[in-house]
Amino acid sequence: MGAADLYTPALLEHVSHPDYNYELEGATCSHEGINPSCGDDLTLHVKLGDDGAIEDASWTGVGCAVSQGSADMMSDLVIGRTPAEAKQLCNLFGRMVRGETLSDTEREELDEAICLESISHMPARVKCAELAWRTLDEMLSGATEPSSTEGDDAAATSSAASPQDGR
Amino acid sequence: MTSHYSSIQAPATSPDAASNPTQAAPAAPSPAEPTSTQVRPRTQNAAPAQDGLTYASACDSSVGSRGPGDLAETARLTASPHLSAEEAANIQLNPYKADFPLFAAKPGTFFLDSAATAQRPACVLEAQEKFYESSNANPLRGLYELSVEATEAIDAARAKVARFIGADDPREIIFTRNTTESLNLAARSLGELLLRPGDEVAITVMEHHSNLIPWQQICRAARAKLVYMYPDQEGHLSDQEIAKKIGPRARIVSVAHVSNVLGIENPVKKIAERAHEQGAICIVDAAQSAPHMRIDVKELGCDVLAFSAHKVFGPMGIGVLWAKMDLLEAMPPFLTGGEMIDSVTEAEAVWAPVPEKFEAGTQDAAGIHATGVALDYVDAVGMDAIEAREQALVAYLYDRLASLPYVTIYGPTNPAERHGVVAFNLDGIHPHDVSSLLDTKHVCIRAGHHCAQPLLLRLGVDNTNRASVAFYNDKSDIDALVDGLDFVWGIFNGSR
Repeated sequence: MGAADLYTPALLEHVSHPDYNYELEGATCSHEGINPSCGDDLTLHVKLGDDGAIEDASWTGVGCAVSQGSADMMSDLVIGRTPAEAKQLCNLFGRMVRGETLSDTEREELDEAICLESISHMPARVKCAELAWRTLDEMLSGATEPSSTEGDDAAATSSAASPQDGR
Repeated sequence: MTSHYSSIQAPATSPDAASNPTQAAPAAPSPAEPTSTQVRPRTQNAAPAQDGLTYASACDSSVGSRGPGDLAETARLTASPHLSAEEAANIQLNPYKADFPLFAAKPGTFFLDSAATAQRPACVLEAQEKFYESSNANPLRGLYELSVEATEAIDAARAKVARFIGADDPREIIFTRNTTESLNLAARSLGELLLRPGDEVAITVMEHHSNLIPWQQICRAARAKLVYMYPDQEGHLSDQEIAKKIGPRARIVSVAHVSNVLGIENPVKKIAERAHEQGAICIVDAAQSAPHMRIDVKELGCDVLAFSAHKVFGPMGIGVLWAKMDLLEAMPPFLTGGEMIDSVTEAEAVWAPVPEKFEAGTQDAAGIHATGVALDYVDAVGMDAIEAREQALVAYLYDRLASLPYVTIYGPTNPAERHGVVAFNLDGIHPHDVSSLLDTKHVCIRAGHHCAQPLLLRLGVDNTNRASVAFYNDKSDIDALVDGLDFVWGIFNGSR
């Protein structure tokens, strides 16, 4: 398991032809997520419908293929879900990228995003994959500060990134 | 505690210097070698016990005993001692790779990240193991032979490090964990000694974070001002910029000898002269120069110099801080505790003399010993050969990268100005994606901000790729990188 399993045609298709990379007209809320050391800078846009569900979602920003492909797959996955369902998916994705074994049902729920599974073997890249998901989770939890995967639980993410931090 | 340094302090008058055959011969062939080659690394007090010591390694065999062309001795360090610069510069061949066990353990690895950490030759690995096998005891405090032996291993390494950087007095060598700790020691201790509110500390914008954040911190604490010298886009610092930024309020000037991103050598001699004119001291971060060029602190004219063993083919966890003795004597200690005191009462403590004053706690004696062996290894290969080969490697690397239409290279356009590193980007592809994908081809390069975010900001990028070479690389490493970049480009541009 390594980078060869990560840069799958599915991921690269989302990178070269993203479906949700645009400003969302009539967005109910937008929330920024950043990985300062990578330079990944992502803003999620979500439009909540009258029934409270996510009617539409999109993303803008710059970053690596993993962070952008992940954001595109996530946008596709959460449209039509209630905020609670979306948060549940974020949780599931977080468990996957941290290397937890998911049940077959859980794997199906993540749909295409399961292709990022192998990132759990590349600790320095986990924060790239989870940026969009953490940002969405914080947005739906009512956060107002930008999300940073190198912030509050930095102990886990920044130490994981330490191989990149040598000279 | 102090006595065993007294013989080091006074090499010329050491009574048993001439009587010890292993110490009598001139040490190294280089004309740049300082007179300190006569320094006796062994202690005067321990001399009687020394005859009975069986501690021997590649290290000891070459301390002070190896003359020019003594191939039998140097062959124990490297299979290819003292090749001429012309021979070494043939990058089609690789006479050095076999010295490094990692390349046998991981065949097919194209290692182009030596600026982050180098590989270690077998003699260094063996030295470390051998220390624990046959010389292990806590150095400095022991009154029994084994502990003396461990102490002597540290002293011998201290003398080798002094010789490596052209320092006359081995007591001026302080062992730390790494360059970062050395620079933190310098910033804290010299900051306390020299900085008053309104004073200035001058650094360049191309510093590694380890020569930047300590100064941010100490300037904040001392209410001093941190002043940046800015190079041009290729990395050249102009005389005007040096004169402008090192002014009458400057007390400390601290600069990278070689940039870890651009690979360019800063005009340290000029900077040190300007610093001294203004009454400031000059500190040099030699982490990126020590592996690639001959260093002579007297020629550079600096007052303090730091580097890490692990980039000079030694073990991780050993750093060096050199400073002039008068500074070290005036500086307050950095870390305090065991092994750095002469006496302690309930109310206060009296510091041990330099260098122990700055070496609190049990040192990594095995690592320090192995560091000495690493420097012997460099000596056996020859810095002239290393420089010639690395210049050929960097020139080839630069030319191959420059030939790719989708690559942007940062730093000097003249490859001869680069020491070991080439930073670059692929159009539209994040460096983390590049290095992850190169990894699938077993090509190891660094990607990220290289702990130099202020410099990258000025270059207008968040991240770059960085390929760096050592003399154990050859043409095939660079060809593998270029093939790998074509592969990465193809993946993102639909020709996979």
